[in-house]
Amino acid sequence: METATTSSAGETVISARGISKQFAGIEVLRDVDLDFRAGEIHALVGENGAGKSTFAKILSGVHRPTRGTLALRGELVEVPNPLTAQRLGITLIHQEPVSFPDLSVAENLVLGRDQGSVLGRVPWAKITRDARESMDQLGINIKVNVPMRGLSIADQQMVEIARALASDSRLIIMDEPTAPLTPIEVETLFKIVRRLRDEGRTIIFISHRLEEVRALCDRITVFRDGNLVHTGDVAAVDDEEIIRLMIGRSLKEYIHKRRTEIGEVALEVKDLCLPGLFSDISFEVRKGEIVGLAGLVGAGRTDVARAIFGITPAHSGTIAVNGKDIGVAEPTEAIALGLAFVPEDRAAAGIFQSLSVEHNITAAVPGRIAPRGFIRHALERALANEAVQKMRIRLASLRQPIGELSGGNQQKSILARWLLTDPSVLIMDEPTRGIDVGVKSEFYDMIGELAESGRAILLISSELPELLALCDRILVMSEGRLTADLSRAEATQENVMREAVPKSGVHSPTVAA
Amino acid sequence: MSGAEDATTRTPPAADAATPRPRWQVILVRPETVTFLFLIVATIGASWLSPFFADVRYILESFTFYFEFAIVALILTMVIISGEIDLSAASMMALSASLFGVAYQAGLGIPGAMAVSLLSGVLMGAFNGFLVINMKLPSIIVTIGTLTLFRGLAQVIAGDKSIGKFPAWFIGIDYRFVFDVPIPVIVFLIVSLILGIFLGTSAIGRQIYQIGTSPIAARHAGIRVNRIKYGLFIAMGLVSSIAGLLAASRLASVRYDLATGGELQMVLIVMLGGTYIFGGRGTILGTFLAAWLLVVIATGMTVANIPINAQLTVLGLLLIVSIIATNAIHVRTQR
Ligand SMILES: Nc1ncnc2c1ncn2[C@@H]1O[C@H](COP(=O)(O)OP(=O)(O)OP(=O)(O)O)[C@@H](O)[C@H]1O
Ligand SMILES: [Mg+2]
Repeated sequence: METATTSSAGETVISARGISKQFAGIEVLRDVDLDFRAGEIHALVGENGAGKSTFAKILSGVHRPTRGTLALRGELVEVPNPLTAQRLGITLIHQEPVSFPDLSVAENLVLGRDQGSVLGRVPWAKITRDARESMDQLGINIKVNVPMRGLSIADQQMVEIARALASDSRLIIMDEPTAPLTPIEVETLFKIVRRLRDEGRTIIFISHRLEEVRALCDRITVFRDGNLVHTGDVAAVDDEEIIRLMIGRSLKEYIHKRRTEIGEVALEVKDLCLPGLFSDISFEVRKGEIVGLAGLVGAGRTDVARAIFGITPAHSGTIAVNGKDIGVAEPTEAIALGLAFVPEDRAAAGIFQSLSVEHNITAAVPGRIAPRGFIRHALERALANEAVQKMRIRLASLRQPIGELSGGNQQKSILARWLLTDPSVLIMDEPTRGIDVGVKSEFYDMIGELAESGRAILLISSELPELLALCDRILVMSEGRLTADLSRAEATQENVMREAVPKSGVHSPTVAA
Repeated sequence: MSGAEDATTRTPPAADAATPRPRWQVILVRPETVTFLFLIVATIGASWLSPFFADVRYILESFTFYFEFAIVALILTMVIISGEIDLSAASMMALSASLFGVAYQAGLGIPGAMAVSLLSGVLMGAFNGFLVINMKLPSIIVTIGTLTLFRGLAQVIAGDKSIGKFPAWFIGIDYRFVFDVPIPVIVFLIVSLILGIFLGTSAIGRQIYQIGTSPIAARHAGIRVNRIKYGLFIAMGLVSSIAGLLAASRLASVRYDLATGGELQMVLIVMLGGTYIFGGRGTILGTFLAAWLLVVIATGMTVANIPINAQLTVLGLLLIVSIIATNAIHVRTQR
């Protein structure tokens, strides 16, 4: 098999020449020439919609280029589909994990791999053993016989990575692999990636976090509007320069939000319990206040948010919005009370994949687009247009299916949907996941403005710097309990992490890593 | 009768200059267009087989045999778009009609008996809804179960004999005309128009599509998924009982085996109309056209003297072909 050939470090493994891609007449990649070397970690950065994922998909046979050629170690190759890519030793870890939710972790790991003859017995014992082994290799503690459905997004991502490793690829493309991970998990991933590089493999690393690029990558390529604008050593450019290359202007450092008038209690949660997920959760968020909810993945932050919004209501405890006790049992009622919730799992709970961007954006405000029960298209179009402009969503047309937008632009559309509801309490679960630096700073400004206009904001994020910069207070959760309530003065990276780490010591070993 | 997507194709795109797909292409690959073309071809073919067929009146009269199913198929379209299915409709027709017959015989009078029948439809629909929504069972299994259950109950209630002797004003709805058009055709036109407007332009219509596309995302967006699905199942029961009454009027009698096998025709109409079996896509216009297509094909086969069992084979093939075709179109346009 070709994958068995090892290449010496520094040698060019795969080279792309004049790669262009059009979707329905719109060019999203233009004449990209790029060489990847053996034993390098190569960063791919750029704004949302710059064409990073598209380029990755071309390398891995998901899309075919409109023009251009690929050469593997000097020989021209065709990569018509992902299976061929896999045979050539190229694996893509998708931005949105594409696993089979009802199959077990072990089954997902061996998908797409040759399993001998069609009629042959499936060697389940061996598959399970191998799966456990590759999990151990990664140093992660995931049961291999549970269905994927039950895993957190971070764990699903880890399984995807394990799958790439199990297939012994020479070129591994990771499309925003760290987006759903917590800092500790990111460290684990980095260790693995470095080891892969030292084995002489090539890793393409797509990320919006420059500090990660700096910590991990050897070379960097910047895309802008489908053009390759820069390739070079990471050490040779500074962050400011990278940002300027990416967005064509430099970015001011995000300054702490102005102190706003903090008003009455807008959201009050008391003794919220849902056995097995969380217990004794009590806190309040006041008008004009931004409260962060920190913790490790699996700490129960998402479950609390889902309970408040009425998706999986808590068993006991009370929730009050603007002083009124409410028994939220349905998101519809929560929205009517002025709550909004941006879910973490964009692909499943956020977007309507095959529906237009317009219909996606207006999904939560039927009353505004259909004042008398019948949709007024001019109204709807105007609302959607305004949102697209305000959030600078990059799209070809409002009636394009949202699934065709880049990941970051999908996220912006979901944010836009909730801003249209004009919420008084806004709960956001990892809202900046996959959003580029330019938009992120605009988004921070926006959150600041929302707070200033008297809204209460509960922000769940695994990016501590983001929480530290934005929040007036940070709540920390660990193992289903609130472990700290830190004011802005008290909140430091160390303080938050100390409270976030489980005390019982029986949790996942990733924490110890 | 505009489809929901129609609405979005009206104004030019806002952001960038380039449009993804030219409009004519969007229209051409729509399943309803295919249905419409089929309808024309079938009509030409049938008139060639029998000169009778060129007579509009003949087609309209043939329609009265099918329109009960066609009317139920309109609601079934919405149920399927929402991601569910209801196979018990023909049995609901039989049970509600049997109750009507029994109630009439018991001396309730036609209006009272009709009320009983409509109420029973609502209750049967709610029962399906309860099993699917509250018990969280798959609708295909639930409604296969109630298909058998309702038919069995009809036999228990009405026995094996037919119940008739309804007053003259009640019977023969298919032989009454307004401006030469049979009343059933007019009813079908009006109901199609109302439901088409409802599904294509109302907020709830839009939400039905969203639920069918992703029930989880719909719930997160604050759409009352369960309530709307309940509503659809109840509407299904109600329209089935109305169809049962129409059948009773047409046949001048009711029996427990009324509309046996009708679920096949209803699903066939919906599928021929280009509704996506996995939910999220489809239009009333498609179902409307498909109802006529089915009439033309079935009547065409009859005038061409094709034996009944061969006709069934043709219908079965048609069902499979239409599912494959719409599937292909939807998968294509999704990319
Ligand atoms: N299947 C598709 N059909 C039509 N347009 C598409 C399709 N896939 C991507 N595009 C368009 O191509 C452009 C580049 O998208 P791509 O996903 O490569 O961006 P990206 O750089 O990965 O962005 P992000 O950081 O947000 O993930 C976007 O404008 C997107 O709308
Ligand atoms: Mg991307």
